[in-house]
Amino acid sequence: MKILVCISQVPDTTSKISFTDNNTVFNGQGVTWIINPYDEWYGLVRALELKEAGTATAVHLVTVGKADVEPVIRKALALGGDEAFRIDSDSNDPYVVAAQIADFAKTQGYDLVLCGKESIDYNNGSVGAMVAELLDMDFVGFVSKIDVTGGAVEVSREIDGGEETDTCGLPVVLSCQKGVAEARIPNMRGIMAARTKPLKVVAPSGAASLSNVASYEMPAAKTGVKMISADNLDELVNLLHTEAKVI
Amino acid sequence: MSVLVLTEHSQGVFKKKSLEAVQYAAKIAQDMGTTVTAIAMGSVGAGEMANLGNYGATKVLHTTDARLDNLSSKAYAKVLAAAAQKESAKVIVGTHDTTGRAVLPRVAARLQAGMVAGAVAYPNLSNGFIVKKNVFSGKAFANVSITSDVKVIGLMPNTFQVNKGSGTASVENFDCGLSDGDFKVAVKSVNKASGDVPLSEAELVVSGGRGMKGPENWHVLEALAKELGAATACSRPVADSHWRPHNEHVGQTGGTIRPNLYIAVGISGAIQHLAGVNGSKTIVVVNKDPEAPFFKAADYGILGDAMEIVPKITEAVKKFKVNQG
Ligand SMILES: Cc1cc2nc3c(=O)[nH]c(=O)nc-3n(C[C@H](O)[C@H](O)[C@H](O)COP(=O)(O)OP(=O)(O)OC[C@H]3O[C@@H](n4cnc5c(N)ncnc54)[C@H](O)[C@@H]3O)c2cc1C
Ligand SMILES: Nc1ncnc2c1ncn2[C@@H]1O[C@H](COP(=O)(O)O)[C@@H](O)[C@H]1O
Repeated sequence: MKILVCISQVPDTTSKISFTDNNTVFNGQGVTWIINPYDEWYGLVRALELKEAGTATAVHLVTVGKADVEPVIRKALALGGDEAFRIDSDSNDPYVVAAQIADFAKTQGYDLVLCGKESIDYNNGSVGAMVAELLDMDFVGFVSKIDVTGGAVEVSREIDGGEETDTCGLPVVLSCQKGVAEARIPNMRGIMAARTKPLKVVAPSGAASLSNVASYEMPAAKTGVKMISADNLDELVNLLHTEAKVI
Repeated sequence: MSVLVLTEHSQGVFKKKSLEAVQYAAKIAQDMGTTVTAIAMGSVGAGEMANLGNYGATKVLHTTDARLDNLSSKAYAKVLAAAAQKESAKVIVGTHDTTGRAVLPRVAARLQAGMVAGAVAYPNLSNGFIVKKNVFSGKAFANVSITSDVKVIGLMPNTFQVNKGSGTASVENFDCGLSDGDFKVAVKSVNKASGDVPLSEAELVVSGGRGMKGPENWHVLEALAKELGAATACSRPVADSHWRPHNEHVGQTGGTIRPNLYIAVGISGAIQHLAGVNGSKTIVVVNKDPEAPFFKAADYGILGDAMEIVPKITEAVKKFKVNQG
């Protein structure tokens, strides 16, 4: 079984978010870039576990991005994986990203494609299902458990107010979240090994973007907290009714 | 031309977030000078479908295949894409939830339609087609311009208040030739907390963090939630310590919610926690530490011990309800 893990690069969760050029460009200055946590902690680690268990024969990593994403994909390789592919394209529109991944994957014969539940920068959660559509594969989203036996996959996925266990065949695209695996820390051996692992650059296909960010906005600042005395909680309830109008 | 909406129902009753999506679609249709066609999947009754007229739908296309009672992203996408073609739809709306996020991107890719996932406002049609969405886990918004002919929007649930109007939608059967290959994902079992308000749809949420000290103290939060008719949530360490089930965990690695009221008790307000709740309309924070970062993101704050304050809030709510009659 061959597994493809989709890896995106995102700003570290604690990054200060700001914009330049009249709020049209994300300001990357001083930002630390990391592997999208859902891709690193869940999809990638589960793929490695399946390889270690002998279920998977190969684990490939793919990222869509320009040369500046290479340090992050190297970091992913340090955790494990046999080879990595960088598709040399902009990654601003989810359709473009998905089309690149699908175009690359369709000749590789992957049985399982793992991605994260969403990228923590644009919070879309769109790429995985788009890839599935373009490859005419099944897709299950928000999975928290993946078991593979023979040609059958059993997954648990989030539903409104609970969880559902599904069975499906291969090939399938899954979007991973908490529960799928436990995060790992790369060790020295992995870091050394990653240096010599192949990172191939793939030419992009010509998919055209269908959307773009016209501008960014910051949320309106909170006007400041109104402190209420612990001895006057009727006042709180009153304000929630008359001022906030939420009860 | 029309605006299509993907609806979701639970045992034949449309979910509130789908009524919200229909209403949202109706406003877009009005702005574009067209009408709304809702898509209903599987076992749902004619009366329930006709009632979507109360929220602005003119027509409902009903695909009756009972296999659609379980989500199959492939089958759903096929139905939606076929309906979009039949109706010459220019805009397709759904909900930004586990169903919408499995189906809408598929439809978008199939139709080569640009998509905005997690819209928080009506599209601005004055200069193209621009939709506002959350980015960077609620730390900012992006105004995304969709440049394709057909557009797909996943609406963040609880963005708009749902108002029931009056109207009746016509209902038509819609068959687009689903095959066995569209239903290869089979449900083995479902594990659902029943009776409670589902967190993702809740308008009021009471949430606890490590400051609650242990699961044995949760009864005070549950009592307040019950009095308010609220759902309960928690911070990540609370779920990690198994004080509460994982589906209650909100934040960057948990659920994202936008209730009208979020009451955070004994939660410090780490940035990763705020990422899941900063879309809440009103935030109340109870914390014993005046320096807790959450106070900066709050509308109302109460300084003090959770075990003392929360029961007092519950009492105050009780009293308020009696006074309101
Ligand atoms: C990549 C990443 C992702 C993460 N994702 C999430 C996520 O999705 N969700 C999430 O919640 N966290 C997440 N975290 C963890 C987050 O950074 C915080 O550690 C966590 O939110 C803290 O939980 P807490 O506020 O319950 O606990 P603490 O930080 O321990 O805070 C407890 C609070 O309770 C107060 N308190 C103590 N006793 C009382 C009392 N008797 N009465 C009233 N108040 C009291 C204290 O003053 C304190 O403010 C993530 C972290 C990382 C690095
Ligand atoms: N540029 C990219 N390269 C490779 N995979 C990506 C890229 N962007 C997104 N993905 C994958 O798709 C998932 C969902 O991303 P998104 O739709 O951007 O929220 C991520 O968790 C990744 O697994």
